[in-house]
Amino acid sequence: MRKFDTKVQHLKYKVLREVARQAWNDKLLQTITDIPKMLVPGKDATMRCCVYKERAILAERVKMAMGGDISNPNVIEVIDIACDECPMGGYEVTNACRGCLAHRCEDVCRRGAISFDAQLKAHIDKVKCVECGACAKVCPYSAIANNKRPCENACKVKAIVSTGNGNAVSIASEKCIACGACAYQCPFGAITDKSFILNVIDLIKRSDNNQKYKVYAVVAPSVSSQFAYAKLGQVVSGIKELGFFAVVEAALGADMTAYAEAAELAEKGFLESSCCPAFTDYVRKQFPTLARHISNNLSPMAVIARYIKETSPDARVVFIGPCTAKKAEFQKKEVRPYVDSVITFEELQALFDSKDVDITVLSEDLLDNASYFGRIFARSGGLSDAVRQGLKERGLEKFDYKPVVCDGIEACRTALLKAAKNISDGNFIEGMACLGGCIGGAGCLTHGDKNKSDVDKYGMTAFEKTISDAIGVLK
Amino acid sequence: MKITVCIGSSCHLKGARQVVEQLQYLIAENNLKNDVELGGTFCMGNCQKGVCVTLDDKPFSLTPENTKEFFQEKILKKNA
Repeated sequence: MRKFDTKVQHLKYKVLREVARQAWNDKLLQTITDIPKMLVPGKDATMRCCVYKERAILAERVKMAMGGDISNPNVIEVIDIACDECPMGGYEVTNACRGCLAHRCEDVCRRGAISFDAQLKAHIDKVKCVECGACAKVCPYSAIANNKRPCENACKVKAIVSTGNGNAVSIASEKCIACGACAYQCPFGAITDKSFILNVIDLIKRSDNNQKYKVYAVVAPSVSSQFAYAKLGQVVSGIKELGFFAVVEAALGADMTAYAEAAELAEKGFLESSCCPAFTDYVRKQFPTLARHISNNLSPMAVIARYIKETSPDARVVFIGPCTAKKAEFQKKEVRPYVDSVITFEELQALFDSKDVDITVLSEDLLDNASYFGRIFARSGGLSDAVRQGLKERGLEKFDYKPVVCDGIEACRTALLKAAKNISDGNFIEGMACLGGCIGGAGCLTHGDKNKSDVDKYGMTAFEKTISDAIGVLK
Repeated sequence: MKITVCIGSSCHLKGARQVVEQLQYLIAENNLKNDVELGGTFCMGNCQKGVCVTLDDKPFSLTPENTKEFFQEKILKKNA
C-alpha cells in the first residue's frame, strides 16, 4: 500500500523514523552522526552527485527532525545545500516555437515584449515582460513555458525569496504563514517543517507510563482520510501503543468552536473564522485592518486542549494533524498553556515504525467524541455547515447567514479584498489556507480525490448527530 | 461532593451523555448545585466498566438506566 505521495516525503520519514528509534532507546546522542550513513550506506550515490553530499543533506534533515534551528522562529526552514537552485527565468520561449505566422503571442502581449528573429521565432524581452502568462496561454504549440521555482509557485503569499539563478531560496518570515505548501511542493525536499517528535517522545517517556502525568493525543478529523492502509480504530490503538493515555477527537473542539462562533457571528454581524492558523496569520500580516473581525474563539485544537487541562490538571496534550502551521500556533502565548506539542500524520507514521508498531495487526479501538458537524471541519465547507447548524441549534435561524467558503490562499485573498472594500457578498468568511481544507494539509501522508468523501463518511458515523448533543457532556 | 463522569470514546458510546444529563437534572431537581460538583474527564483507564464515574475519587460503573438509583443511594442519602 502506498504510504506517501512522494519520495521526498518518504526520505523525510526515514530520517524521522531513525531519529525517533534512537531517541526511544536513549541512543540518539551516541548515534546522531551515524544516522546519515545508516540511511545511505555504500559508495554509490542514488539521489545527488555523490554519497557525501547526500549524507551532508541527511545530516541537515536529522537536525530538522530534532527541531531545526532554534534561533529561527519560523517552523518552515530551507536546507540550503539541498536546494537545487532551479531555473527561475519566468516565461521563456522554448524550442517548440515553430515560427508560425499567426503570432498570437505578439497580439496578446500588452507590453510589446514579444519580438521575432530571422526564423520568425518568438523572443521575450525580459525588461518589458510582467510575467502575466497571456502569451503562454494562447500559443497553439504550448511553446512558452514558465520557469518558476516550484516553491515560489506553491507559495501564494509570496514569502519565497529567490535572489537569482544559482542561488538557494530563502523564506521571508514576515510574510510566511507556515502553511507548508512549499515544503510539500519542493521536488528536492529542500524546504521542510521542523519536527517536535523528540519533545513528544520525551513527554511520553517522562510520564512513566502515564503515572506522573497523562499524555493525551488530540487527533484532527482529517485522520479519516489518512492511513488508508488500516482502519481508523487501528490508528487509535497504535497511538495508545506509543504510550499515549487517551485519544480525543479535535472535532469535539470543533463542535465547541462552531457553537461559540455562531453566537459571536450573530452578535457581531461579520466574522472571519479562527480555525486555520495559516489563514488567521495571513489576515494579520496582509490585511491588518480586517484582523479585528477574526473570531475571538480559539481554534478547535486549543479549545479541546483547554477543556482537557481544565478537567484533568495532570494532563499533557499533543495535537496530531495534517498541519504545519499548527506547529507555529501552539507556540503562541494564548495557546501554549493548553497544547504541549504538535506533530503531523507524516510524523505519526514515523513514530509508529520507530517502535515497530504495525497498526494493521492491532485490534480496533474506539474514537467517538464529536458530532457529524465537528468532524466535517476537516474539509472545505464543513466549518460553514457547522456554524449554520450552530445558529439553528441556538434558535438564531433568523440571522441572515451568508458564508463565503474559501479554500486556498488565493480564494481567501479574493474574499478578504472584497471585505476590505466593503463589497463582500457574505458575512462569514471560512478561511482555509490549504486547497480542499485540512485534508489538503502539507503534513498529510497522502492526498487524493477520495479524501473529502472519506471525511463525510466519517462524519456520518458519529454517535452524536447534533452539536448540542456532542457538547452536552461538557457542562 | 464531586462527581466525575468519563466522557472518553468508549464511555461516550455506552451513554455517558445520558448519564451526565440525568445527573445534571437530578442535581438541579434536588437543589444540590452548591453541594455537588459535576465534571467530565477523558478516559479513566477502565473502559470495560463504562460508563465510568467517580464520586470523590471512588469508582463506580453506571449505565443510563441505573443513574437515578446511584444518585438516590450515594448522594441523596449522604446529603439527607
